[in-house]
Amino acid sequence: MILAQTTEPFIRWNWVWSHLDMIWGRTVQHLALTGIALGVGFLISIVLSMIALRYRRTYAPITWVTGVLYSIPSLALFVMLIPLTGLSVTTAEIGLVSYTLLIFIRNIVAGIDGVPQEVREAALGMGYTRRRMLLEIELPIALPVVIAGIRIATVTTVGLVTITALIGLGGLGQLILDGLNRLFTTPLIVGSVLSVVLALLLDGVLVLVERALTPWARRKATIG
Amino acid sequence: MTFLADVARWFLDPASWQGSGGVPARVLEHLSLSVWPVALAAAIALPLGVTLGHRHRGAFFAISVANVGRALPSFAVLVVGVPVSIKLGLGLSYWPAFAALFLLAIPPMLTNAYTGVREVDPGTVESSRGMGFTEGQVLRKIEIPLALPVIITGIRVSAVQVVATATLAALIGGGGLGRYIIDGLATRDLVQVFAGALLVAVLSVITEGFFSLMERFFVSPGIGRRAEFADISQIPKGF
Repeated sequence: MILAQTTEPFIRWNWVWSHLDMIWGRTVQHLALTGIALGVGFLISIVLSMIALRYRRTYAPITWVTGVLYSIPSLALFVMLIPLTGLSVTTAEIGLVSYTLLIFIRNIVAGIDGVPQEVREAALGMGYTRRRMLLEIELPIALPVVIAGIRIATVTTVGLVTITALIGLGGLGQLILDGLNRLFTTPLIVGSVLSVVLALLLDGVLVLVERALTPWARRKATIG
Repeated sequence: MTFLADVARWFLDPASWQGSGGVPARVLEHLSLSVWPVALAAAIALPLGVTLGHRHRGAFFAISVANVGRALPSFAVLVVGVPVSIKLGLGLSYWPAFAALFLLAIPPMLTNAYTGVREVDPGTVESSRGMGFTEGQVLRKIEIPLALPVIITGIRVSAVQVVATATLAALIGGGGLGRYIIDGLATRDLVQVFAGALLVAVLSVITEGFFSLMERFFVSPGIGRRAEFADISQIPKGF
């Protein structure tokens, strides 16, 4: 690759102003890809977590399989899926969703496991059914840990969406790739800075959501 | 199944093991991409975390670094470094990768060093002071040995994460095992892509194993409690 002209400024603001629509579109696509992955991943994870909590023996195999999925480099996974699902949103989402599973499942199970036994017994003594206990007792108590998981999964997904640019999607990753290919620093910086901002912003929103949903919590969930 | 046979054939082919694009050369490149950022991050984050933990100060700082560090997508950080590095005349690929991996390596080490030392039983610390230990001795002989499992877990999480993420360096023209994935992608050679992914996974597992051994080796056998399995799912996947 050839080094860019040293006279080239880091950012050409007139390029940014004249491409605002495009940048906005990429941001929206980035959010959409992230949202789908998190939503689908969370639903699958809830089901798998419930199975793991009900039938303890399944927990080890579930975390093993999702752990193996998690350790596949995203670049490789996307490329390997192309022969099966083409250059499509499906390809991107299969990868993105599979990476959220381990994070979600570990945190949901750990959160519900962390509910003190006395609390459960008190709930049973008050005549709670299993389902009501789960929804009204266990999930709220587990919430900080679950949200910690959602935060990690969100940051993971926002970051990895940029890599789907290599298979023609990518949201803000498209800008980055375009900048890299042409060694034109403006889109490269706009794309990467916006994706960092997006990750920090969503993370901050989730912190606020946690505060709002757990008014009783004095101490923050510690992760480890 | 023919695909897996092709992958096996790729690994058996002597050509895959020779020259600057061979497996040994790529593994070495990958390791040199990973080792220095982790070493520098350790040289900064560990003393800082241990000192703050000893003084029971800077909780907000340690937690903030960890939180912000966690929220940075590593690919974006890697790429932001590219124009800066070019501007500074440092070249295209090595330094941006170095900077991104360095930033990635700091949070787990800092938080673990901090919490590990801070959470040493205060009774133990007090009695060592009562026996006339200086602050330095308390730190060196009591707090660090007791916190060592947690500290090494932090180094291990950082190292595994960095080894896996160094794969992305290939995207900005760097070397390492990511080259197999990127070059395979460019030439539609899925066998090579798969081989590259497999090598990255194996290298990550070896890294994990190496630090588990370190832990067994360095942690005093008197400390019965070993730190739990380093849970890689507690930091965002960046690769």
